[in-house]
Amino acid sequence: MQRLFARYPALRAWLLLLPAATWLFIFFIAPLFIVLVYSFLERGTYGGVVWQFSLENFRRTFDSLYFSTFLRSFYIAAVTTFICLLLGFPLAYYISTRPPQRRSTLILALMIPFWTNFLIRTYAWLTLLRTNTGLINVSLMSLGIIDKPLPLFGNDFAIILGLVYGWLPDMVLPIYATLERLDTSLLEAASDLYASSSKVFRRVIWPLSLPGVVAGSMLVFIPSLGAFVTPAILGGGKSLMIGNIISNQFLAAHDWPFGSALSFVMMAVMLLATLIYFRSTTSEERMQP
Amino acid sequence: MKYKLTILFSALVVLGLVLTACGPKPEPAPAPAPEETEAPAATEAPVAEAVEPAKEIVFFNWSEYIDPEIYTLFEDETGIKVVEDNFSSNEEMLAKLQGGATGYALIVPSDYTVSIMKDEGMLAKLDHANIPNLGNLAEQFQNVPYDPGNEYCVPYQWGTTGIGYLDSEVDEPTSWAVFFDPDPTAPYYGRMTMLDDAREAFAAALVYLGYDINTTDEAQLEEAKELLIKAKAALAGYDSDIFEDLIASGENLMAHGWNGDFLVAQEENENVAYTIPQEGGVVWVDNVCIPISATPEQKAAGEMFIDFLLRPDIGAMLSDYNWYATPNAAAEANLDEEFLNDPAVYPPAEVLAKLQYIEPVGEAEAIYQRLWDEVKSAPTP
Repeated sequence: MQRLFARYPALRAWLLLLPAATWLFIFFIAPLFIVLVYSFLERGTYGGVVWQFSLENFRRTFDSLYFSTFLRSFYIAAVTTFICLLLGFPLAYYISTRPPQRRSTLILALMIPFWTNFLIRTYAWLTLLRTNTGLINVSLMSLGIIDKPLPLFGNDFAIILGLVYGWLPDMVLPIYATLERLDTSLLEAASDLYASSSKVFRRVIWPLSLPGVVAGSMLVFIPSLGAFVTPAILGGGKSLMIGNIISNQFLAAHDWPFGSALSFVMMAVMLLATLIYFRSTTSEERMQP
Repeated sequence: MKYKLTILFSALVVLGLVLTACGPKPEPAPAPAPEETEAPAATEAPVAEAVEPAKEIVFFNWSEYIDPEIYTLFEDETGIKVVEDNFSSNEEMLAKLQGGATGYALIVPSDYTVSIMKDEGMLAKLDHANIPNLGNLAEQFQNVPYDPGNEYCVPYQWGTTGIGYLDSEVDEPTSWAVFFDPDPTAPYYGRMTMLDDAREAFAAALVYLGYDINTTDEAQLEEAKELLIKAKAALAGYDSDIFEDLIASGENLMAHGWNGDFLVAQEENENVAYTIPQEGGVVWVDNVCIPISATPEQKAAGEMFIDFLLRPDIGAMLSDYNWYATPNAAAEANLDEEFLNDPAVYPPAEVLAKLQYIEPVGEAEAIYQRLWDEVKSAPTP
């Protein structure tokens, strides 16, 4: 065996890879392939597929109805990512500049909400946001601050709020990880060279934290784009995102092929967005001296 | 060196196991799968040989549709544990079974879904010898049009779809116009929900338009779609799960929903009321069935549970809990006069005459579902 490895050094690597590759193949590639095949078939009347080749599902994906839902989902995911970045960066910076002991306490505090199921946390927002019996509107009205309930529920505001709440830690953690490793002597050097604090941020901190920002943005953007629980609960089912349309195809409309086609188009869009994002941020990095 | 080899060897063994597990299955050398040999026999005719009933079965039911106490009583008597799993629409239940979900011994499809599942070969034939209490059903429920002679299913409860509202805040809605011609100044504007269910939502719009709720005419469906989109402006959302609680809490003032749910909510808030608008509504019968995927053991236990549900005392417990009308004539003796005379539970003849059953629409199902997608994705007007 040893001799075999000596002769074919790659063999060892392949063997080590095999369990993970098998796993990925069974639970990722194979199901994905089924979805791909289904997307080119016709629907059975009450679920299932009819083995008849069709491109109709992909054509339908670009119907104005579904296309506009795509755009809307994109917009909601982009706004969510932007707000998460706006809130997450200062938080990550704050945590990373505390003494090490306090840092771990703060990170732990950030993680605590994860211990509760996402569905339950989303429902908890419902008690706060409901239009007529929600805690926020009832309190504001009984204090006489407003005389008509604010539209907090069943709209894009509620969806974005729910998504920002849900994914904020995913933005903070990667940024924190890069900022924590930041060499403070670089900041001192910049200051010594008469850089103003805003310049230190723009020319030193921000570029060095970019990998974390990119990772965090991806971790927020991708799940937000495919979200379906948050819009279903906080959007009141009235404002749909593409994830709802896809889940409806399988759970209600008996249209598996169309649901598969939508999933594939969405994956393609995400891949494209990821590539563009990486390309743009890495070239930005290259521009730095 | 030896140690390394041992690790390597064991890794290879594990790998081999994984590979054989995922590679093409070798000839089934072990005993033939029991389902394959016994299931068809069980569905074709009552088999003489007794099957040992399963010790635990899963009941796939609508939420809050059964008194959990019934499970305890059943387990005390038979030693069989019933575990419940929930769905919130016929389509969802159908999709899960179509997708290959197994392990369910009992399911509760509505009338039209029974027809569909029967045609798709998804239901197992019931062995009447195991359900001696079948005779307790009222006569019209022993011969329902979608399953004459209770071959595949036993009626569970029946009810209607109409409008529930908060009596203390709004007047009784006499027409579906509250949804489809909404008045922006009305107190209920923006405080209503509709069922998140394509066939039910279209039925409401079609009834309002005076059309058959099972129409396959695209122009009529298109017209109904426009109404449903128009209604969105007045809706707080779509909900099939907690619409009645939202009325009872005062969050919403009106909801499209099922009668028994509103009647149960009266316990929380006595001002919750239910009505069927003048144009009419939907009447439905939910049924207990056994999916074809159930093993003979699960089927035997499932039939025992169906028989148990048909007992007069248990049938009454069901209605006491979910406030839906019972198809069980023998159970009526155990129910209050007040319940049996409640027009919201048992609609009077002239109302009953205006109610329609949802029926399978075949190929047109795709049209209904596409238009429903359009309704739900349309921006709120």
